[in-house]
Amino acid sequence: MKSSALAGLVFLVAVGTAWADTDPQSFDAIEQGRYLAEVGDCAGCHTEPGGKPYAGGLALATPFGKLVTPNLTPDRETGIGAWSDDDFVDALLKGRGHDGERLYPAMPYPYYTKMSRDEALAIRAYLATLDPVRNEVVSNQLPFPYNIRASLAVWDWLFFTPGRFQPAADKSAEWNRGAYLVEGPAHCGVCHTGKNVLGGDETSHALQGGVLQGWFAPNLTGDGHSGLGGWSVEDVVEYLETGRNRVTAATGPMTEVIVNSTSHLRAADLRAIATYLKSRPGQSEAPKAVADSEPAMRSGKAIFIDQCQACHSPSGTGLSKMFPALKDSASVQSQNPANLIRIVLQGARAAATDAAPTAPAMPAFDWKLSDDEIAAVVTYVRNSWGNAATAVSSGQVKTQRKALAEEPD
Amino acid sequence: MDGAAMMSAASSARKLPQRDVVIIGLGWTGSILAEELTRAGLDVVAIERGPWRDTATDFPTTYAQDELRYHIRHELFLRPAQETMTFRNQPSGTALPIRSWGSFMPPNGVGGGGVHWNAETWRFLPSDFQLRTHLTERYGNGIIPADMTIQDWGVTFDELEPYYDRFEYLCGTSGKAGNLKGAKQAGGNPWEGPRSRDYPTPPQPQPYGPTLFAQAAKEMGYSPFPQPSGNLSQAYTNPLGVTLGPCTYCGFCEWFGCGNYSKASPQTTILPSLLRRPNFEARTLCEVLQINLDRSGKRARSVTYVTTDGELLEQPAELVLLCAFQLFNIHLLLLSGIGKPYDPGSGEGVIGRNYSYQTTSSVDAFFDGKNFNPFVASGAIGMCIDEFNGDNFDHGKLGFVGGGYMGAVQTNGRPIQSTRVPSGTPAWGAEWKKAAAKYYLGSYEAATHGSCYSYRDSYCDLDPTYTDGLGRKLMRITFDFHQNELRMSEYLTDRLAEIVQKMGPSHIDKKPRKGPYTITDYQTTHTCGGAIMGTDPKTSALNPYLQSWDVPNLFVMGATAFPQNAGYNPTGTVAALAFRAADAIVNQYLKDPGPLVRI
Repeated sequence: MKSSALAGLVFLVAVGTAWADTDPQSFDAIEQGRYLAEVGDCAGCHTEPGGKPYAGGLALATPFGKLVTPNLTPDRETGIGAWSDDDFVDALLKGRGHDGERLYPAMPYPYYTKMSRDEALAIRAYLATLDPVRNEVVSNQLPFPYNIRASLAVWDWLFFTPGRFQPAADKSAEWNRGAYLVEGPAHCGVCHTGKNVLGGDETSHALQGGVLQGWFAPNLTGDGHSGLGGWSVEDVVEYLETGRNRVTAATGPMTEVIVNSTSHLRAADLRAIATYLKSRPGQSEAPKAVADSEPAMRSGKAIFIDQCQACHSPSGTGLSKMFPALKDSASVQSQNPANLIRIVLQGARAAATDAAPTAPAMPAFDWKLSDDEIAAVVTYVRNSWGNAATAVSSGQVKTQRKALAEEPD
Repeated sequence: MDGAAMMSAASSARKLPQRDVVIIGLGWTGSILAEELTRAGLDVVAIERGPWRDTATDFPTTYAQDELRYHIRHELFLRPAQETMTFRNQPSGTALPIRSWGSFMPPNGVGGGGVHWNAETWRFLPSDFQLRTHLTERYGNGIIPADMTIQDWGVTFDELEPYYDRFEYLCGTSGKAGNLKGAKQAGGNPWEGPRSRDYPTPPQPQPYGPTLFAQAAKEMGYSPFPQPSGNLSQAYTNPLGVTLGPCTYCGFCEWFGCGNYSKASPQTTILPSLLRRPNFEARTLCEVLQINLDRSGKRARSVTYVTTDGELLEQPAELVLLCAFQLFNIHLLLLSGIGKPYDPGSGEGVIGRNYSYQTTSSVDAFFDGKNFNPFVASGAIGMCIDEFNGDNFDHGKLGFVGGGYMGAVQTNGRPIQSTRVPSGTPAWGAEWKKAAAKYYLGSYEAATHGSCYSYRDSYCDLDPTYTDGLGRKLMRITFDFHQNELRMSEYLTDRLAEIVQKMGPSHIDKKPRKGPYTITDYQTTHTCGGAIMGTDPKTSALNPYLQSWDVPNLFVMGATAFPQNAGYNPTGTVAALAFRAADAIVNQYLKDPGPLVRI
């Protein structure tokens, strides 16, 4: 075991150094860069809806204001065509723009810093093969005082630890590969780790879930109640590859990540990610289930029978790869019920992938069920078939209904 | 715009870049052909008159079960104001435009009739495909009435079997084999042709009514079997990797889209996979005006279509596949001047020839003390017998040919259209209400699904008087039931009533089909023929691969090709013929473009 782990380490180091002098015309480098750009889902942020891939222009609504993603195509005036290699490496790994200004950490350089210079140059080699697209982007559209980049020095000092990924000698090569991907290019924590008031990661609760765009990005640790403890490595791999598995179907912002990124990754990398995530510590106590005799549970059951069970089945087991199971679902029993309420209000659509091309959807119930009714049915599914989670109040539904109504599409 | 103005406008249409294949209509056959041909590497564009339709967006379970919206107000169907046809019963009559659909429901939009069918997924009998030869051999020439124009199809059941199988495994059809490679199987249909393997999923579990019917039929010596159903008994993933869910027995199938992904349709079986192909494109809300021929008149070079904002476009292609609904296929062929129009006087010509339909009938039964829970339903859940279909029974002394399946199929318990009262009940008022309430749970409708053979005086042509909104002549349907079909319907309805009587009702009402044919009462959407397949270009428009005899780079799909209709729902056969045509295109035509059958 130990010797194979060691061999893995040697291999990683060997791969890391083989690109000491990256040839931008090398097919291998370009292909490696293409793959890393997919792992990092660069196109996910650097493409505006309906726009050319990597040409930027997507407006990111951060808690501090609006940032617009830059153009990464090799256009010399509006893209990165005129950048030097060092400019590119500094931006990707150090969060420094080619004019020396600090980047806003919406760009996940605190994660990308785990990559090597050669990997960064491979990505650049790939980006250089794209058609140049002229698309002028004004990135910084933040209000005062956040538009003052000087403040970012403080942010970096507080939250940014530059430096390549350091493998753990006592872990397997697979675990280390997974750790590198998750903490590095795949930057899972950007969504799945909670943020402090300054937008930095709550590192003490790494990967235990975070809130963004009105969604709760679930707990990805090995936590048995609300994390991935109940999923096998195969379940995680199938989910990332196809957008669904025997218990659930992806929805919300994760569908884009699956369609654009994880469904294209190598099976071995997905296994490595699963292995690493499941090893992450996370423990939450299951609360006591709400009693069946509670009025909300009784009306919730009646609503469930009329509106939900045709797809989700009377026993809450759903239908493998089509309709998510509610029984034993970590996401259903999540401490934060935002996703569940949101899905009942707005409906949700699963991802379409090559392996599972139908993108089944749940219809919206906002016009059909009142706040009280949604609170009851959500409380019911969170506390039936062995599930246990806090009751949801109609006030919580009301708040979310209002927030969704005000949210721009 | 009159016809001439439209034609000159069509010649000024903006010409688009050439494509390999243009498909007109994206229903079942258009989707099947698009899937097969894009998989073979061809560049395919489908042009569809109606809107895009998607399960999640258009049939959500929160409101899809709305009888008023979908059944009464025809939400999913073509609007007659956009395109209709004129109708008359006899060649001597004056045809008038159909202004509200009645007898049949022309589909509209992506998925076509596959969206709103009941999903009754049958194969025809082997003898159906060689009808004239078979009847003549068994009974002599005299059994076929002089004006009956039935023909052999030019394809045999055994040749079609692999393609029936393809469709059933695409859909996940729920059923029970009755004849596996010649070996009879208990519990299945003993009259079916030999099949290469069983259905992909087991039959749907039967409700009380069909169970009682099957018991009664069995006691009378018949062999009841579950109707093959495209509403699935269990989840199924088809060879394209597309998954369907199990039916939830909501009873909103025919006239409705299925929101549970349980009814086989292009949306639930093909489109999710097809849409991922970079060599496929669909253009919706685009109406094809005509197929354009080159100067030789023997080659289709393009189609002209109009968008909803009135722009005229011309799409050139190497191969044109006419995959619209049966009636509109005939209309487009007539408008495009392809093939010789049929003349009922001389009996010559092929476009419009052998228009046929379906001869349905029913028996309503009213029971005291029985509860059928009619709302636990699916479009094709039921028990049937086939003893009186096709030529499964001796017609020698009966005075008619043809037949149909009959059975108890529990399609729905919807409140507006499915409330039955015994004959003699007032049509409204307190007595009607009392009877309706009493028998909602305790009545049952059993039905026959009879054949409709073709006749010299039943045909389609262009109407001399009426035009559509685009200035094109409407198509004119001339059709009536003939004595053969009415006698057949009476005989079948009597046999059905005998079985129903054995179920122990307190009252039954026999409703055999009566003439004349009415265009205003719904019967089925199984209009057939008009550009039929066959082995002789003088009496058929298409060769046995559905290729136009006159224009070899044009193939015409659908029930348009049926020389006459059998005693079954047509979709299984329509799809099998489409799969066979696709196979012929990929494996024969592309290697040597030209006629696949040379005379």
